[in-house]
Amino acid sequence: MNLGSEVVGIIALCFAAAFTQNIVLTTFLGLCPFLSVSREVTTAAGLGVAVVFVMTFTCALDWLAYRYVLQPLRLEFFRFILFIVIIAAFVQLVEMIIERGSVTLYQNLGIFLPLITVNCAILGASLFMVIRGYSFVQTVAYGFGSGCGWLMAIVAMAGIRRKLANDRIPAGLQGPGIAMVIAGIMALAFIGFSGVLQGL
Amino acid sequence: MLSLTIAVLVISTISGGLAALLVLAERFIANYGECQITINGEKTLAAEGGRSLLETLASQKIFIPSACGGRGTCALCKVKVLEGGGPVAPTELPLLSADERAANVRISCQVKVRNDIAIDIPPELFSVREYRGVVERIRDLTHDMKELGIRLVEPSEISFTAGQYVQLVAPEYKGSPEPVYRAYSVSSPPSRKDAIELIIRLVPGGICTTWVFNHLKRGDEVRLNGPYGQFGLTESDAEMIWIAGGSGMAPFWSIARDMAEKGVESKCTYFFGALTQKDLFLVDEFRELERKMPGFKFIPALSEPGEGGKWDGETGLITDVVGRHVEQGTVAEAYLCGSGGMIKAACKVLEAKGIPEERMFFDEFT
Repeated sequence: MNLGSEVVGIIALCFAAAFTQNIVLTTFLGLCPFLSVSREVTTAAGLGVAVVFVMTFTCALDWLAYRYVLQPLRLEFFRFILFIVIIAAFVQLVEMIIERGSVTLYQNLGIFLPLITVNCAILGASLFMVIRGYSFVQTVAYGFGSGCGWLMAIVAMAGIRRKLANDRIPAGLQGPGIAMVIAGIMALAFIGFSGVLQGL
Repeated sequence: MLSLTIAVLVISTISGGLAALLVLAERFIANYGECQITINGEKTLAAEGGRSLLETLASQKIFIPSACGGRGTCALCKVKVLEGGGPVAPTELPLLSADERAANVRISCQVKVRNDIAIDIPPELFSVREYRGVVERIRDLTHDMKELGIRLVEPSEISFTAGQYVQLVAPEYKGSPEPVYRAYSVSSPPSRKDAIELIIRLVPGGICTTWVFNHLKRGDEVRLNGPYGQFGLTESDAEMIWIAGGSGMAPFWSIARDMAEKGVESKCTYFFGALTQKDLFLVDEFRELERKMPGFKFIPALSEPGEGGKWDGETGLITDVVGRHVEQGTVAEAYLCGSGGMIKAACKVLEAKGIPEERMFFDEFT
């Protein structure tokens, strides 16, 4: 495999993670914030950016811990606990650094960080990269792509819900009900991207 | 067995290492050092940064009124932050009006002290202190109203103006997992400095009132802070109309005794509304004050006089009674204390009688 095809492979992996294998729309992970924080586009975007950031870095950290600590010691079964601990510590640390560095950024992004610690999409991405046996670069690309996919999905969801705010929705479907229907239709649309990737 | 030990050791080491890293980060990254807080451009305090402005001020013995205990819900702890407050947090936005935002008003429990900061607070807050006291007396005024006498221990004296309120701290008890602060008007006159009295009405399900009615005993230690509030007589010697209902009696009981002590001779009519005769209290005491002050008149009124024996006083809703007694075009100042609904209704009646809004003063229960 030469360098060119490897780069294409990485890009394809990143795109696949964002579109055809979108973590929220195909595996329905990270659904709680997806449904509850998608009423305003700006808030949704804030949370989405935080997810991209945290997912990219925690996937990388988790890969390193898995490859250089758990595998040599044959402790792979401990990955659930270790990944969660790493994610929690990383998020706390980042929160402190952001608060020190820029109060504006902290208020726009930082308040979402504690929320992300318990977001199952973050842990899900780390576990998938283990199952699929990604290399370090692939893992970073996969984490970044998944985060971007989550960001796109929640921003689109917030936009749609904003449009729907003035529409008459049957009483039984209001709130989470209609949000689940929208998520289902969005999932169908995202699967449509798989044709694009086959061309790569 | 060996592999299990290794596994536990490894995970513990990594977790411990990460925890240590966070502790170090907290020490170095989240360390804001000593910050200068300039208050009203004259007084400067030095305090450890990293906590909320409300907590930091409290640690310096400056108490901003706050009912929710710093959780950003009651919006009572507003202060003007002139410099160093940073951008307005999303948690503050719903609690601030556009005018307040333009005037740099902030919710002090949501502002973190990260650097030197300059604030403006009402100067009377400087005299707010935290007091420790002992319950000297609990007296039943009516079936659901108690008078609480508290002797102050530390500091041993309080100075306030008649009409101000204090916040009583209800400690944790079975049914209330954390201390809560509730505001009560002081009913004793300001001349008595070593003790205060409060009039407390039982609110069914109320955290603080349940504590006072069911748990508090003579000799118990209590904590309170204050005094707060602007309610009180103006300096003018204009004729006055007072209107109160229920425990709205408290500030007027303080103001009336203060007037009697100071020999104020302004004309004053006090309308007090209650449901039935068993809800009336302090009537004899106010009759006594009527004898002392020729200009003072006390008019209790019952809205349901049928119950509890013969009643030859005023009857009807307090607003109707006020309407009957106050003449059209009266030039007077009005002082009102009670529930929001009562105050609103009474204001309407007074306005119809020609008393302008700027001459009405309220102490509304929340």
